[in-house]
Amino acid sequence: MLTVLYFARLRETFGIDRETLPLPAPATVEGLLATLRGRGGAWASELAPGRAFRVAVDQRVAGLDTPLAGNEEVAIFPPVTGG
Amino acid sequence: MNPADRIRVQTAAFDVGAEHTRIAALDQGIGAIASFTGLMRNRNEGDAVTAMTLEHYPGMTESALVEIVTAARTRWALQAVTVVHRVGRLVPGDPIVLVLTAAAHRGEAFAACEFIMDYLKTRAPFWKKEETPAGSRWVEARTSDDEASARWNPSRSAAQNDAGSRSGEGAD
Repeated sequence: MLTVLYFARLRETFGIDRETLPLPAPATVEGLLATLRGRGGAWASELAPGRAFRVAVDQRVAGLDTPLAGNEEVAIFPPVTGG
Repeated sequence: MNPADRIRVQTAAFDVGAEHTRIAALDQGIGAIASFTGLMRNRNEGDAVTAMTLEHYPGMTESALVEIVTAARTRWALQAVTVVHRVGRLVPGDPIVLVLTAAAHRGEAFAACEFIMDYLKTRAPFWKKEETPAGSRWVEARTSDDEASARWNPSRSAAQNDAGSRSGEGAD
């Protein structure tokens, strides 16, 4: 199972900070995003193509085509604002 | 990570003088220490800000900071680097972040200090939520920070390897 984490504004908007999900098809970051968008509402609007968000897989910045094997920690978060 | 380096994410305040004294005593080959301290301001985007809460991604934050310091060390000869970043609730005037870079000469120290801050602003997973008289709000990322980071890699675009694209909000 994938562990999916949400941070900052997205955590508040989705009302959840973590969940476990089965491997999506296709087994990539894009496949996971498509699954989440399928929930509709804020999931569809916040994760729509062109919206500003970032994805990390096992704590490294990932792209849409990053493959998933099924046991990763995937984090979805807004652009960072530290410093 | 180089044993002379110190990278910390903490809720407690830091002591700039003590950190400076520590790094200066590490190596008598150090001829220059550049120091950057980021402070919380009482205004942002034209509004009064009474407090802010910094959230981060434990684990990824530390590894991102190590990666940034390692990247600085491949570009410049540095004797030691200190990065301390606070999380939790802060009020105006509170120190947020400290970067110290120690080198033989000022050129390397100045450049590495600015590089580390530019990369930290765009790559380390911290997020700020401000409290204003009208309520609380998440701080939006600035395109000017992307540009500051991208200038260290002129051949690459500002939007590197991102899953989402930047909509251009929050520009200075």
